[in-house]
Amino acid sequence: MILYFLCFVLFLVGLYGVITRRNVIKIVLGICIMEYSINLLFVLIGYVHDGVAPIIVKGSTETNFVDPLPQAMVLTVIVIGLATTAMLLAIAIRVYRKHETFDIREIKNLKG
Amino acid sequence: MSAFIPLFVILPLAGAFVIPVFTGYWKNMGKVLTPTLMLVLLALSVMFFFRDSAVFVYYVGGWELINGVPVGIQFVVDGLSVLMLSIINMVAFFASFFSISYLKKFTGDKYFYALFCLMVAGMNGVVITGDLFNLFIFLEIAVIASYALVAFGIEREELEASFKYQVLGGLASLLVLLGIVVLYWKTGSLNIADISWVLKQEGSSPSLLFIQILFIAGFGLKAAMIPFHAWLPDAHSSAPAPISAMLSGVLIKAVGVYAIMRLFFNMFELTYEMSMLILVIGTISMVGGVFLAIGQWDFKRLLAYHSISQMGYVFLGLGMGMVILSVNGNKAVAIMAIAGGLYHMVNHAVFKSLLFLNSGAVEYKTGTRMLKELGGLSENMPLTSTSSFGASMAISGIPPFNGFFSKLLIIIAAVQGQFYLMAALAVLVSIITLASFMKVHRYAFSGNFRYRDMKKFGEAPFSMLFSMLVMAGLCLLLSLLIIPVFRDIFLTPAVNDLINLLNYSQPIIGY
Repeated sequence: MILYFLCFVLFLVGLYGVITRRNVIKIVLGICIMEYSINLLFVLIGYVHDGVAPIIVKGSTETNFVDPLPQAMVLTVIVIGLATTAMLLAIAIRVYRKHETFDIREIKNLKG
Repeated sequence: MSAFIPLFVILPLAGAFVIPVFTGYWKNMGKVLTPTLMLVLLALSVMFFFRDSAVFVYYVGGWELINGVPVGIQFVVDGLSVLMLSIINMVAFFASFFSISYLKKFTGDKYFYALFCLMVAGMNGVVITGDLFNLFIFLEIAVIASYALVAFGIEREELEASFKYQVLGGLASLLVLLGIVVLYWKTGSLNIADISWVLKQEGSSPSLLFIQILFIAGFGLKAAMIPFHAWLPDAHSSAPAPISAMLSGVLIKAVGVYAIMRLFFNMFELTYEMSMLILVIGTISMVGGVFLAIGQWDFKRLLAYHSISQMGYVFLGLGMGMVILSVNGNKAVAIMAIAGGLYHMVNHAVFKSLLFLNSGAVEYKTGTRMLKELGGLSENMPLTSTSSFGASMAISGIPPFNGFFSKLLIIIAAVQGQFYLMAALAVLVSIITLASFMKVHRYAFSGNFRYRDMKKFGEAPFSMLFSMLVMAGLCLLLSLLIIPVFRDIFLTPAVNDLINLLNYSQPIIGY
């Protein structure tokens, strides 16, 4: 149980980073941390105590399998996270070239 | 007909691949292919309205049920999905046709069309999938394409808006993902119909409440309801005009409102607290959005704030229906409220996209979208001005136009369901909307002509005019949906699939 709780704490750490940091890159890192915490939770859910890999061969009698679905889905989430992070960093680089700063307090043209 | 379902995802995905690769051989690839594809998809989705069966199921990869348990992913097209598919592909067709002329200002239009197709593929996927994790994947495809499209101009404002949109959009996606993970932990299934059956066995629990809150926060952020609205005016006003039309017209509906409807009606059991929460959020958005809108002087920013307000009407209608259903009230009133919400969603897709296209045409011709710098455009652009007038009347609910009838349905349902405060607020917001569009017309289209130096810049090019005039025609034509004959074809199946759980789950898992 403590592991699940720690995952949630990690999620909140990422959220805290996104909300309080002023640096564009640190905000991106906060989002990455949140994503990893969810991935970690997802893998933990699939774990079965004393389970074995779910590979069925002829004559096997094992029934206590680990759930393979979360692992497949975590791989997908990692790929999607790669796309999101790449997109965020690409925009961050462009923002830096236009504004010459990473401080979000100085990148404020739109309001109202 | 089930065999046609995957085409809604395959065709635009193929387009997104083919356009950037083959533009080198034929310059007009994107311009020709994108509107054609959207027209084909529109025809396909309209065909699904005149069907013989209520729900179509397609088993991806041929993985059918094993002992009544769904394995693999299913694509499901029911009444609500058809309604969403047709408005997505309709707005996509007009927006892509509009872009043919609009994109002359930009370079790299092959990437524009590729991303456009990708976004449509994602939205179509969100609407037809019956699997929760698959819904998340398609949602990400649609929003990542939209992040790139918002930043398409690569100027200071666009980049800043895109960054804000990405941070809040990423946060929303992660909240949705966390909800899906906890739900999988609890039920051991990802199929929406299957989960609804499992949850019905278990009854309510605190963890279910946590999941529902996560979904409301996540999809509410995507739909830009008022506590979560900060990104919308920036993103929607900075994007190129056809993309603004797509974002405001369909993206916030497909990934926000549709997902909330599908999950809360067809997956979770309706509870009074959650229904009330959605109703209150809808009302706050409706009132707050319009007060934020009326002070704006940027044409597109004003329209973006009105999107928040109009989506509030949709949530108001749906929320009232949910509250009445959850306390076992008068079912006829609930049906009317939900039908009003859905009807307003269809109407909003048409008139708000049209208004954004108008603002694009104005910006294309004059180079500015600040209302104070414009003036007297009706002399030079009579057709644009007329279509904009039609859309403004529709959004503020003036009788022959479609917006009037959907607002009327919502207000009548509110009075009959004894939500008197909501009914009064809906009328008040409608009047303020009218005032703010009077302001737009007073400053931009009528008044003194201020462009003496460039005397005759004339009407917008053909592809823009065609899109705008046809959509203005649709604003009038969609009023017909209030007539029972048409309502039974287009709206009633969607409402039935929402309020009868079995309608949705029986064709998929059999009970």
